[in-house]
Amino acid sequence: MAQTVREETHRFRNFAYLFLFLFIIWLALTSSFYWQELIVGFSISFLLAVICHKNYLNLGLPPLGFKRIVFALVYIVVLFKEIVLANIDVAYRVIHPKMPIKPGIVVIKTELKQDIAKMILANSITLTPGTFTLDILGDKLLIHWINVQSQNVDEATKLIGERFEKYLKVIFA
Amino acid sequence: MDIIGTVVTGIGVAFLFLGNLGVLRLPDVYNRIQAGTKCTTLGAFLTIIGVGIMEPIWFWKALLIALFVLVTNPISSHAIARASRKSGVSLCKQSVVDKSEDFDDFGENA
Repeated sequence: MAQTVREETHRFRNFAYLFLFLFIIWLALTSSFYWQELIVGFSISFLLAVICHKNYLNLGLPPLGFKRIVFALVYIVVLFKEIVLANIDVAYRVIHPKMPIKPGIVVIKTELKQDIAKMILANSITLTPGTFTLDILGDKLLIHWINVQSQNVDEATKLIGERFEKYLKVIFA
Repeated sequence: MDIIGTVVTGIGVAFLFLGNLGVLRLPDVYNRIQAGTKCTTLGAFLTIIGVGIMEPIWFWKALLIALFVLVTNPISSHAIARASRKSGVSLCKQSVVDKSEDFDDFGENA
């Protein structure tokens, strides 16, 4: 019994996320709050969410909570800071006459369980200074690093993944 | 508004230029992907947002397109890098370490 209840809430959560996501996209595309547009957007988002929400059950989306929202917002700010730093870093390496690069492929570990969390971590690593993800297998990530500072798995994890993982762990706890 | 938009677009174009320069200058495919991902992500993002600032009616659509670029760019670069490593493209001479052989997906187990 408890199992079915949990499954129901899980499905409802997926449905709500998908509906909100589609409706926000509709609002951004039409950029109008005219009531006829709103009704059409509402019904289309509702219909699509009803049809499609079962496809996303395996993603492991977390329930909504105040702490999670705050951490997600902080995470977005950190991510943008890292993106800007990444661009300046790579641009510096490109225009420097001697090209101070020291490339290599290293392995790091993650403690995240859900697929969606791993995907967000891998994409964030790709967007940050000098690193991008080649492959994920289980709890290991294969990373190409333009300026290798450590070949040890734990140290590399600390240097590359730590700054995102501490937020993602709370969001997907 | 026009001036802010132009400046933002200009910064974006500068980053796009540096990204292209990186693709030309860096030694192997993986380092080129580094330049091709990082600089073009921010470059495309700022260019599109700049257009959105110049034409406020388009701002939300521009933001949506920019976020789409931001989400898909890492995935495409990941796919290219993984494919080239799997098909055996070697790293450049300056490389210090290559642990991809330990990975089950790569090396001789693949």
